[in-house]
Amino acid sequence: MTLLKRVASATTALGATAFLAMPAWAQEAVAAAPAAPAPTVDKGDTAWMMMSTVLVLLMILPGLALFYGGLTRAKNMLSTMTQVGAAAAFAMLIWVMWGYTMAFGDGGNAVISGFGKAFLSGVTPASTAATFTAGVAIPEYVFISFQMTFAAITVALVLGSVVERIKFSAVMVFAAIWLTIVYFPIAHMVWASTGYLFILGALDFAGGTVVHINAGVSALVAAIILGKRIGYPTERMAPHSMTMTGIGTGLLWVGWFGFNAGSALEANGSAALAMINTFVATAAAGLVWMLVERLNGHKGSALGFCSGIVAGLVAVTPAAGNSGPFGAIVLGSIASIVCYYAVAVLKPKLGYDDALDAFGIHGIGGMVGAIGTAFTYAPGFGGPGAADYAIVPKLLVQLQAVGITIVWATIGTVIAIYVAKAITGLRVSTEVEREGLDLGEHGERAYNY
Amino acid sequence: MKLVIAIIKPFKLDEVREALSLLGVQGMTVTEVKGFGRQKGQTEIYRGAEYSTNMVPKIKLEVACPDALAGRVVEATQAAANTGAIGDGKIFVLDLVEAVRIRTGETGDIAL
Repeated sequence: MTLLKRVASATTALGATAFLAMPAWAQEAVAAAPAAPAPTVDKGDTAWMMMSTVLVLLMILPGLALFYGGLTRAKNMLSTMTQVGAAAAFAMLIWVMWGYTMAFGDGGNAVISGFGKAFLSGVTPASTAATFTAGVAIPEYVFISFQMTFAAITVALVLGSVVERIKFSAVMVFAAIWLTIVYFPIAHMVWASTGYLFILGALDFAGGTVVHINAGVSALVAAIILGKRIGYPTERMAPHSMTMTGIGTGLLWVGWFGFNAGSALEANGSAALAMINTFVATAAAGLVWMLVERLNGHKGSALGFCSGIVAGLVAVTPAAGNSGPFGAIVLGSIASIVCYYAVAVLKPKLGYDDALDAFGIHGIGGMVGAIGTAFTYAPGFGGPGAADYAIVPKLLVQLQAVGITIVWATIGTVIAIYVAKAITGLRVSTEVEREGLDLGEHGERAYNY
Repeated sequence: MKLVIAIIKPFKLDEVREALSLLGVQGMTVTEVKGFGRQKGQTEIYRGAEYSTNMVPKIKLEVACPDALAGRVVEATQAAANTGAIGDGKIFVLDLVEAVRIRTGETGDIAL
């Protein structure tokens, strides 16, 4: 099942219901418009989607903020947490102003929707959004909120590569432009029923391309333009609190059930499949990362376990409802192996300073997941695909989706970062970077003993 | 008077303190320190980034005592802090010119 997040305005449907409810007009109505029956809003679905939405918020605050914050040096803890939180908050406001309409509004073309729902124009508590089951809908406000958290976490993920040196003001400018020219169009292309990649049949259950490849590639481009942190890679830049990172990892994993299983848009079997895959792919990936460390002659590490968990979560995201549990385990394991070499070998070899490995884990893990989903979907590998499902054509579609996302994210990020640079200067001064962004940018310390 | 400075393994502090108390040592000053001698430091690896720490955490103990007691303080410290492994630490003995108890102004051995 592909991810259909089409929004149907409820107006027509509700109108039809009102007509049918009046016996005198019923026949006329049927004669005039033998339209689809009014969508039913199920309380169970609605409750689950509200729950999923706040679970994704939990992934950001405090999940991602702690995960990222713990990985930075103590002098940049508050800066990292604040950048994550503020970028996400800004994304929420932008989403209701012009983001939602660009991604899921009515009309428009294969790249963006029309602007008819700017400032949520016309949306009421009675408006509904379609799910994957014909005739079943959820309140549009729930759908808007759910998708809002995706935009929020994606822009926050990008920051993983640029923390410890980017200005707070630059983050805010970057976030506004990047969401507008990168995130909203890609979300539309992949998830809206009129989107280019949606029509092609690209499989992306919960955001392998839209969220992870997109964020990861953007993070890499941003980090390269911004430059390395002073002292990288010779100075010691070990995580200041693996405890915080461990807590963040746990919150990410828990929140990810909202992200993945919530992407079914209903409380049903598809959500259940996404749920079990989010357990087992992640479990496999956490252990495999530690195993790869051992095979490379190191100790199995706590950070390795956490990194594997995130790599597994990322990889299973596009596959969540598009894979059987054992396909998901294989996918998570492969993602862990590939991501390990991306961060431990490729990054030092190429010399870029992706501070918290946003590209190495989200970008690379997202690519493994998006491409791997073409395989896990196959019934032969235990996937939910139909008996006549052919891997090769789907693989080509997946590769095209990955390619378009990479190119789009690269170009858009270059623009967004240079605009941020022109307006804010982009990077903190050498003194602030040495002293730490907590004091220099926010006037606080994370730890006062 | 002598000032005995001992650099010991952190987990040996309680044993040393007990041994010195038995000798009648009335007080000591303890500091958490880092340093290196013949003991190698550890290597930490975070996602493939290796950091070798050649500074090892130790405890620095400072004990001021009358000349007559210095020998036994050194002996007791050496015995209590010994594990037989590399990295057990060092003991330094310095001549102490003066000691003053701040509350009373007493000086010399009485102030210890």
